[in-house]
Amino acid sequence: METESNKITSSTDAQQAGVSDTEKWASIIGGGAMVLAGLQQRSLRGILTAIAGGGLAYHGATTDKSLTDKVGDAVGVHKAIKVEKTVTINRSAEELYNYWHDFERLPTFMKHLQSVTVQDARRSHWVATAPLGQTVEWDADIINDLPNHLIAWASLEGADVDNSGFVRFQPAPGNRGTEVKVVLEYNVPGGTLAAAAAKLFGEEPEQQIGDELNRFKQLMEAGEIATTDGQPRG
Amino acid sequence: MRAVCWHGANDVRVETVPDPKILNPRDAILKITATTICGSDLHIYDGYIPSMQPGDIIGHEFLGEVVDVGQEVRTLKRGDRVVTSSIIGCGQCYFCKHQEWSLCDNSNPNGWMQEPLFGHGTAGIFGYSHLFGGYAGAQAEYVRVPFADYGCVKVPDGLSDEQALPVSDAFPTGYMGADLCNIKPGDVIAVWGAGPVGQFAMRSAYLLGAERVIAIDRIPERLAMAKNNSKAEIINYEEVDAGEALKEMTGGRGPDACIDAVGLEAHGTGLMGFYDEAKQAVRLETDRPHVLRQMIVACRKGGTLSIMGVYAGFIDKMPIGAAFNKGLKINMGQMYGQKYMPRLLEHVVNGDVDSSDVFTHQMPLTEAKQAYEMFKHKRDNCIKVLLRP
Repeated sequence: METESNKITSSTDAQQAGVSDTEKWASIIGGGAMVLAGLQQRSLRGILTAIAGGGLAYHGATTDKSLTDKVGDAVGVHKAIKVEKTVTINRSAEELYNYWHDFERLPTFMKHLQSVTVQDARRSHWVATAPLGQTVEWDADIINDLPNHLIAWASLEGADVDNSGFVRFQPAPGNRGTEVKVVLEYNVPGGTLAAAAAKLFGEEPEQQIGDELNRFKQLMEAGEIATTDGQPRG
Repeated sequence: MRAVCWHGANDVRVETVPDPKILNPRDAILKITATTICGSDLHIYDGYIPSMQPGDIIGHEFLGEVVDVGQEVRTLKRGDRVVTSSIIGCGQCYFCKHQEWSLCDNSNPNGWMQEPLFGHGTAGIFGYSHLFGGYAGAQAEYVRVPFADYGCVKVPDGLSDEQALPVSDAFPTGYMGADLCNIKPGDVIAVWGAGPVGQFAMRSAYLLGAERVIAIDRIPERLAMAKNNSKAEIINYEEVDAGEALKEMTGGRGPDACIDAVGLEAHGTGLMGFYDEAKQAVRLETDRPHVLRQMIVACRKGGTLSIMGVYAGFIDKMPIGAAFNKGLKINMGQMYGQKYMPRLLEHVVNGDVDSSDVFTHQMPLTEAKQAYEMFKHKRDNCIKVLLRP
């Protein structure tokens, strides 16, 4: 627990210093020791995989890029979509962490997710809806798991949408519950499927993620998700 | 069922629509026995509230009988006669726990629509546009009430529909307007707008210890009600300069607190009034702040402004320098119905306040179109209409 509180402190320090997103995320996820490793790779995935250690097949880090990927990088075709959103929920970090950690429950409040199937303690299979009745699928591994504090994940090689992210639960001041921060990064390669995937979160990914976090809050605080679907109108 | 549907500015129609059903476990369905048109419904009728969609059922002040409850409803059962807050609150979030029900985090499924405009989402409101949740309103035979355990309060035996109905919205709005004035013995309270909310603000100011109450309006029958029923001194702002009159009536000090019970369609006089109407007509200004300007100048130094009339967007030419240099305190917000309703019902039961006299007209719901026109143009001395589904 002591190391965890150290990590929280270091993240606060990083935010106060006004450092770059990459550096900030690195310190949130990994703590001081991991910052350098993350900075070398300059992406959220890079930080996450660095923390997870070498030898894992998380596609998308700096090495082993295909020629098309390199061209894409050069002309900026597949820029990563990065989203960061935070909401305060009037519940304990433990309660929120436990609900979130059961990934199969995530579609309850994440509208774009069709299903999540947990395969083992580390691996899960994700199916999301895409425009025009399409679906996109990927396998993901938990690559960092700090009970009641943080869950980080990354998709495996072969994902329709290469993605990684983390959710962090941090006590809010004044007994106001828990600050829940989600950071996501999508790398969308070329191709028609990818064009659909790019629209996965619509034109405003931050708003979509914010909306999903709000629904998580509604579910955890009020016990239900506010809706008007199915009500009468003229 | 029959319901009043909005189809555009000055276009409401009574239509046959499907009955509402339970959608969430904390919902209740009410059979509405009495509903009304609120002054703030006129902002919708006149087309000043953004994010309305044709077909939306409107209305937010109502009373009825519980006919169905969701599986998580704890305090209500079929057959209960209840009055319901126009504002929907989850009862669990930080704001509801602090009795600030209109700031609820969880009752507005469209909170994200408000974020670019307001910075944050606020509570859902029945029949008050998609910005406020898009909930079907209560000018209908039935309505679905989310978080019914918190929003519905049982009507004490012996109270008539006319007595209990204003406790849904107009009375708590007026009462909160007075409560936000932090009234101390000897205080003089000025109330702009002598419609139903203004009348309740005047009566509430006395309940909370005001020594004198002054009403400002231009409609003779409303001023008469303020004088005779709400025991206020009156100013007709079309006959005299309201600011000067207030100063003369308060020994040059100005009122200790000023309540705005008018809101975004205030009628100004002279050049500034013309300026606001012209800008609002072409949507360069969403709200006409005439009352706010006058309150800032009229209020005593260090006094309090309490804003209960609805504002939705942006205003121009606010005399912020006067407000700042006079050290005014400005309190405002949509009302906290669930906080105030129980004590207001008690006041009605005890006979401290007559809540039924604001209803000058009763009509069947099917005549809603005519009721809106009469209320808007204040024909036939109309102050408030009770609609019977």
